[in-house]
Amino acid sequence: MVSTYTPDQSLVHKAEALNRHWQPQLELLLARGRTAGADLVEVYLEQIDHLSVLAEQDTITSVTPSFGRGAGIRVFLGKQDGFVSTNDLSDAGLKHALEQALSMLGLEVNEAGRSSFNGLPNLRDFAIDKADWLNQCPELYEASDRLLNGTQLLDQYGTHLQVRRGSYARDWQEVLVAASDGTFGRDIRLHQSIGLNVLATDGEHRSSIGRRYGTSGRPDDLRKWDAETSAKEVCESAGTMLYADYVDAGQMPAVLANRFGGVIFHEACGHLLETTQIERGTTPFSDKLNQSIAHEAVTAIDEGITDGAFGSLSMDDEGMESQRTVLIENGVLKQFISDRAGELRTGHQRTGSGRRQSHTFAAASRMRNTYIAAGQHSPEQLIASIDRGLYCKSMGGGSVGPTGQFNFAVEEGYLIEKGKLGKPVKGATLIGEAKDVMPRISMCAKDLELAAGFCGSISGNIFVTVGQPHIKVDSITVGGR
Amino acid sequence: MMSEIQAANAIELDTHSLRDKLSQLASRESIHQWDLGAACSTDSSVQIDHGEAKQMKGAQRSSITVRVWNNKGLVGITSTSDLSEKGIEKALIGARQASDFGNADDVPAFSTLAKSPLPKLERPLRPAQGIQRMLEVLKEAEADLLSRHPAIQSIPYNGLGEATYERVYLNSDGALRQMKRSQASLYLFARAEESGRKPRSGGAIRLALGSHDLDIDGCIDEAAERTISHLDYQPIDTGCYLVCFTPEAFLDLIGAFSSMFNARAVLDGVSLSQRETIGKNIAVPFFSLHDNGLHPAHVGASSFDGEGTPTQKLCLINGGRLESFLHSEATARAFGVPPTGHAGLGAKVSVGPDWFEVSKTEGQNSANTHLQHSRSKETFVLIEGLNALHAGVKASQGSFSLPFNGWLVIKGERVSIEAATVAGDIRTLLNSIVNMEAEQVITPGGVSPHVWVEGLSITGEA
Repeated sequence: MVSTYTPDQSLVHKAEALNRHWQPQLELLLARGRTAGADLVEVYLEQIDHLSVLAEQDTITSVTPSFGRGAGIRVFLGKQDGFVSTNDLSDAGLKHALEQALSMLGLEVNEAGRSSFNGLPNLRDFAIDKADWLNQCPELYEASDRLLNGTQLLDQYGTHLQVRRGSYARDWQEVLVAASDGTFGRDIRLHQSIGLNVLATDGEHRSSIGRRYGTSGRPDDLRKWDAETSAKEVCESAGTMLYADYVDAGQMPAVLANRFGGVIFHEACGHLLETTQIERGTTPFSDKLNQSIAHEAVTAIDEGITDGAFGSLSMDDEGMESQRTVLIENGVLKQFISDRAGELRTGHQRTGSGRRQSHTFAAASRMRNTYIAAGQHSPEQLIASIDRGLYCKSMGGGSVGPTGQFNFAVEEGYLIEKGKLGKPVKGATLIGEAKDVMPRISMCAKDLELAAGFCGSISGNIFVTVGQPHIKVDSITVGGR
Repeated sequence: MMSEIQAANAIELDTHSLRDKLSQLASRESIHQWDLGAACSTDSSVQIDHGEAKQMKGAQRSSITVRVWNNKGLVGITSTSDLSEKGIEKALIGARQASDFGNADDVPAFSTLAKSPLPKLERPLRPAQGIQRMLEVLKEAEADLLSRHPAIQSIPYNGLGEATYERVYLNSDGALRQMKRSQASLYLFARAEESGRKPRSGGAIRLALGSHDLDIDGCIDEAAERTISHLDYQPIDTGCYLVCFTPEAFLDLIGAFSSMFNARAVLDGVSLSQRETIGKNIAVPFFSLHDNGLHPAHVGASSFDGEGTPTQKLCLINGGRLESFLHSEATARAFGVPPTGHAGLGAKVSVGPDWFEVSKTEGQNSANTHLQHSRSKETFVLIEGLNALHAGVKASQGSFSLPFNGWLVIKGERVSIEAATVAGDIRTLLNSIVNMEAEQVITPGGVSPHVWVEGLSITGEA
C-alpha cells in the first residue's frame, strides 16, 4: 500500500449509541402496543457499520464501507404476529411502524386506554466492555496490507494460479431489544472474517479453492491470522485438485473431515431441529423427543458461548442470554432450537436462539455454533475401516429442502481404497435424507474442530459455526459423473 | 385500512433535494466528481398456516450509495440507509476516505450513455390491496390447494406480497434517472405424504405488477400438479441419460454460469470465456441466447442500470456463436465497446444479467424435433427444477453436480425420481443440446423452451 491515510474507524457517530437513553421512548411504544390489545410487543433497534476489502493479485481492487440504522417492531396476538421494519427511527417513524404492525392483527391504538405494562427494568447491558471494539479493529491500511501479504504468499506457494484473491469483512452491530415482557438488553457484536481463494488453470484443467477464517468479539484477531499457513493450505489443495478426476457416482461409505465437514450435521439435521421446522411440519423429528434419531456415537450440541466462535453471542436477537443446548445425546434427541415464536407455537422452551440478519427480518429459531462432539477414535481408524469409499477433506455449501432431503458439495475429495487414502477426486455432491443418514454416522474421531460459516434461511444470512471431528458415514449417495 | 396506511407512508425519494444536498456538500468538501444511486421500497406480505394468519410483515427501506472521485482521480464509495442530510454527509466523507484506497489500474468513469434517452417501459404502477385482502386471497388459495389431493397435508412455504420500488441515479455531470415500479408475488409450496412413503413436495411461483394481476389459479394448479406428480416415486439407476430440462431448470443452469457472458469476470480471469472467445462457437447452431431486460413479461424490469446506462436487449449467443458480453462502463471501455446496461454501482463495478431469453436460432433446426417432453416415446429424464445451485455449480471450472426434482419418462409414462443428482460440464452441455422445443415458456426468471441434452450423468439411490 502506498497510502498512509488513516480514516476514522467508525462511520457511526458515538452520540447516536443505542443505550438506556432510549428507555422512555421504548416504554411509550411498548405501552402503546399493549394498550391496543397486543399480547406482547417487541422493539429491536440496530445500527451497523460494515467494511469489506478485496485484494486481487497484488492490488486492492475494492473497499466497500456501509453504515445504517433501523428498527424492527413485532407484535404478538395469540399465536399470530405482525412485523414491520423501518429505517426511520424518529418518534413518528417508530409510532407509525408500531401502528402498522398492530393493524395487521386488527388492533388499533387506543389513546385513552390504560396499559398493564409496568415499564422496563434496568438495562441488561452486554456491551459495557465492547464500546471501543470498533476502534480496536485493524485500520483499513493494516487490513489491506494483510490481504496483500496473503495474495503474495499465494503467488509464492502456488503454481498455475490464474487468480489470487484475498478478502476481509468486518461487521459491527449494536442492538437494543425491548419487549413488553420486561426484556431490555443491549449488545455490541463484532464479526471479522478473512479468506484466500485461488483459481488454478493448466490447459483444460481447472480448480478453484478457498478457505475462510472468522471470529467474533475479537477486535485484534485479524492480526493473529496465520496468512502463511492459509496460503500454503489453499495452494496445496488447488494443486492437488487441478488434475483430479471426477468422482464415480454411487452409494458408498464416506469419511468427512473435521471443521467444515460439520456442514453435514448443519444441513442434514440441525435445520430440522429448529422450531420453525416444527411449525411448518417439515421435520421428521417433531415427535421424536427423547427417542433415538441418530447412531449412539452421535452427540450434538448447539451453543452460543464458545469464546470467539463465529456463531457466539452474548444475547440473542430477542434479548435472551445465550446458552449451551445439547440437541442429541448418544443418539437420543434431547432438545430443539427455539425462539420466542417457537416457544409460543410449539411449546419448546426458548434456547436463546432467536436470530436475524438485521432489523428487516423477524427473529427465528436458528443455529449458532453447532457441532458433533468428539468421539474415541483417530481419523486413521475411520479411514482404515473402509474398503472402498470417499474421503471428504473439504466441503462446499449445502442445503436442505422441505421434505428433509439434504445435499452438500465436496470441494476436495479422495478415494478410500482398502483402508487407505487414494487419488484425489472432484465434482462430488452428497445427498440423502436426515432420517436415514443420522443413524449411519457410526464413528466419531477425537479431533473436534470448528469452522466459521454463513447460514441463509428464513431470517436472513447469519454468522454460524459448524464443526465436528472426523466422522464416518456408513453409506451415502455420492453424486458425480 | 392497511392500504391507506401504506399509501400515506410510502417513502418517496426527493431527487432534486438529494442532488442539491449532495452538490452543496461536495462543493464544500472540494469534491468535483461524484454520483449517487438511491433506492427505496415499501412492501407488505402475509403467510398463513391452515387457514390462520401466521405472520404478516411490512417494511420501509431506503438506501443510497455515494461514489466520489478524489483529486488523484481515484474512486471510493460508501452506502447507507440513512437518507438524512447528516447521513448523506457521512456517506460522502466516507466515500472520499475510501477513495484513498481506490484502484489506479481500474478507475470507473461516468457512463457515456448516462444521459441518453431511456427505453419506454409499459409498467403501470398498481395499487396495493392491503394486508387483509391478501390474507383472504392466500387463505382461499391454501384451502384450494389442500383440497386437491388427500396426500397434500400442508403448504409449509407460502406467501403473498406486494411492494413498490423507486430507484434513482444522478451524477455531478447532470445525469438524472428515476423510475418507480410495483410488484407482487405469490408462492405456494405444498408438502404431501402418504402412509409408508417419504414426504414429497412441489410448488409454484407467480409474479405480477400488482397483486390484483397475479395468476392465482394458475399458481394453485401448477403447485398441485407438481406435488401430486411426485407422489408415486421410484429410485433411478445411476447412468447416462437423455435429459429434457424444463424452461425454469434450464434458465437456472444458464444463470448459474452467467460469468461466461460477463466482461467483468472475463477481465478478472474467473470466466470460462476470454476476450477472444467472442466470435467462436460455444453451443450448437440452433441455440441462441439474449439478455432482454426489456421483455414485456419481465415484471422487475428497470429502464437503466446502476450507472444510469439504458437497459437494452443484447444478443449473447446467435447460432451457437458468442456475440457479445455484458458490460459496465469500465469493462466496455476496456473492450472498446459501448456499455450494455448491466452494471451495478461500486468502486469496482459489478456486472450481471437482467433476464435471459433462450430461443431457437432463426432458420436453424435440430435433427431431433421429434423430441417433445409431452409426447416422446424415448426414455428420458425430465428435470423440473435444480437445487443447491450455490453449492453444486463451479462457475469458474464449468462443472456442476446438482440435486434435482424430476421424472423418469418411459414410453410417455412419468415416474417421479426419488432422489438424484445430475452432473456435467456447461461447455459440453451447450454442445450436446439435441433439441429445443418450439414453445417459448415465460417463467419468473426468463423465457426458454424445453431444452433436450444427451448423455448427462445421473446418480440415483438405486
